Amino acid sequence: MSVLLIAEVTEGALARDATAKAVSAVLDLGAVTVLVAGAGVDAAAADAAKIAGVTKVLVADDPSLAHGLAEPMAALIRDVAGDYTHFVAPGTADAKNVLPRLAAMLDVMVISDVMAVLAADTFARPVYAGNAVQTVTSSDAVKVLTVRTASFQPAADGDAAPIETVSVGADPGLSAWIEDRVTESDRPTLTSAKIVVSGGRGVGSEENFALIAALADALGAAVGASRAAVDSGFAPNDWQVGQTGKVVAPELYIAIGISGAIQHLAGMKDSKVIVAINKDEEAPIFDVADYGLVADLFDAVPRFTDAAS
Amino acid sequence: MKVLVPVKRVADYNVKIRLKADGSSVDLANVKMSMNPFDEIAVEEAVRLKEKGTVSEIVAVSIGVPQAQETLRTALAMGADRAILVTAGTDVHQDMEPLGVAKILAALVESERPDLVIAGKQAIDNDMNATGQMLAGLLGWGQATFASNLEIGDGQAVVTREVDGGLQTVSVKLPAVVTADLRLNEPRYASLPNIMKAKKKPLEEKSVSDFGLDLSPRLSVSKVAEPAGRQAGIKVASVEELIEKLKTEAGVI
Ligand SMILES: Cc1cc2nc3c(=O)[nH]c(=O)nc-3n(C[C@H](O)[C@H](O)[C@H](O)COP(=O)(O)OP(=O)(O)OC[C@H]3O[C@@H](n4cnc5c(N)ncnc54)[C@H](O)[C@@H]3O)c2cc1C
Ligand SMILES: Nc1ncnc2c1ncn2[C@@H]1O[C@H](COP(=O)(O)O)[C@@H](O)[C@H]1O
Repeated sequence: MSVLLIAEVTEGALARDATAKAVSAVLDLGAVTVLVAGAGVDAAAADAAKIAGVTKVLVADDPSLAHGLAEPMAALIRDVAGDYTHFVAPGTADAKNVLPRLAAMLDVMVISDVMAVLAADTFARPVYAGNAVQTVTSSDAVKVLTVRTASFQPAADGDAAPIETVSVGADPGLSAWIEDRVTESDRPTLTSAKIVVSGGRGVGSEENFALIAALADALGAAVGASRAAVDSGFAPNDWQVGQTGKVVAPELYIAIGISGAIQHLAGMKDSKVIVAINKDEEAPIFDVADYGLVADLFDAVPRFTDAAS
Repeated sequence: MKVLVPVKRVADYNVKIRLKADGSSVDLANVKMSMNPFDEIAVEEAVRLKEKGTVSEIVAVSIGVPQAQETLRTALAMGADRAILVTAGTDVHQDMEPLGVAKILAALVESERPDLVIAGKQAIDNDMNATGQMLAGLLGWGQATFASNLEIGDGQAVVTREVDGGLQTVSVKLPAVVTADLRLNEPRYASLPNIMKAKKKPLEEKSVSDFGLDLSPRLSVSKVAEPAGRQAGIKVASVEELIEKLKTEAGVI
């Protein structure tokens, strides 16, 4: 058995946390070769080579791969497929775009959001917004999986593995990148932060979200949001936590003005400690909170921030 | 141009699901079923394109149990022109995998020749997030997933996608597959007159066996279990007490 693990690369840089979590998920499945694809990714490849458990790094460096478009990415992975038995990637938006396409090209099923690798062919994954966990066994000759990063600790640093260059085929030319609108921030990344402070519809406006951000900054935390907060324009889409947003499992998750719909819980209920601040004592978020504070957030949050900074 | 919209019948998103006592699957007996929310968004987008004059025909497709007919009637009431039901069996607990669904959709694309397929991003029952991408892979078409904005131009679609870092805009040559994310639009409710009219719109019935495809499942589900539970904790009386607990009891700040 051997694994080809597709590294998460953002604007040429390795997303180490996500990639290293996927590495630890599959360490029992054999030698792990990491594919680093992008444009100008030498440094990313060198970083990937230092993740413990990685036995080899393949670098595919080409302008067509600069933005992770699904068509050239899937074609590349199919071209380097060789004898690998498992194709794996951290369950990021990029990988969820590419791996199902790859799986169809290989005529196999994709297994999304793997929470546990139980055997070489058997995996646990959430369904119904995490309200059930299914154990699935694949009869396919090769397995294609995305890993739910919140379920794994990142692999440590290790000795540098050898790096090889692979050639990149012609761009299928089916799609073209136009622009990225990325939220720049000095805060920790949502999916790797130790503390996440999230705001919901109760926060009321984009301006008021500054209260959430101020508490986050006082705690050195990332900022998250509910779907309702994003839909209402209070927060950008990449802050959404939940079934169809990001899945996080920090040491501390603070939900403010969030009711606790199952679709939101799906993205945060594996957090170690959950705090809820809500003025409605019946809010379902209190059913999963270790510490609940029934209070008006406009009163409680500034006091929390003052005390924390 | 012509658009194909695959719609799935799933347990309504408001339903609190239960597991079967034998742990073999989720119990769907007597559960309220609805159109997958992302597919409502896909249908809505197709209808808006038709209202703008960009699209001339919308074909809704569902693969599943005969009751998926109701889901298709909803799509017709929202504004789809015609529907195709592909029955795959009568057991509501049998769920066809995205690969099988994509193969049937690919066969329908061969016969229907749409310029665009708008699917949902994800079915909220199996949470696979795969069918649209698989269909594009099987057809060798371009794909634009997780769409929050869609503009049809000359032989191409310009799509803004929700990605981890924010938003990405791509152009994709037509024909293509687009998958709808939550913020693409807000789907309309079908009006009573439109629900009545939908009853007269054509709904063609096929069976999976008509396609002569090997659709044997690749994944077998051996167990469906409750996730690790979480106990409700305590209520604190003040911000001061909360901070105190987080510092000394939980040790997280
Ligand atoms: C297909 C689908 C996918 C979805 N995916 C997601 C997802 O990924 N993530 C997600 O979050 N949701 C998702 N949802 C939406 C989800 O069902 C809920 O609608 C959403 O989570 C509600 O957000 P909220 O808790 O912020 O808003 P509400 O439910 O409106 O709750 C607001 C809360 O704020 C409290 N509040 C109001 N004012 C104050 C105040 N001054 N002080 C303190 N508390 C106050 C209220 O008591 C209330 O509990 C999805 C839904 C669907 C159908
Ligand atoms: N049985 C089905 N019938 C029709 N469309 C489906 C079916 N299964 C999946 N789809 C479509 O594929 C999308 C993604 O589903 P999934 O890959 O299962 O998460 C859905 O939102 C639908 O648009």
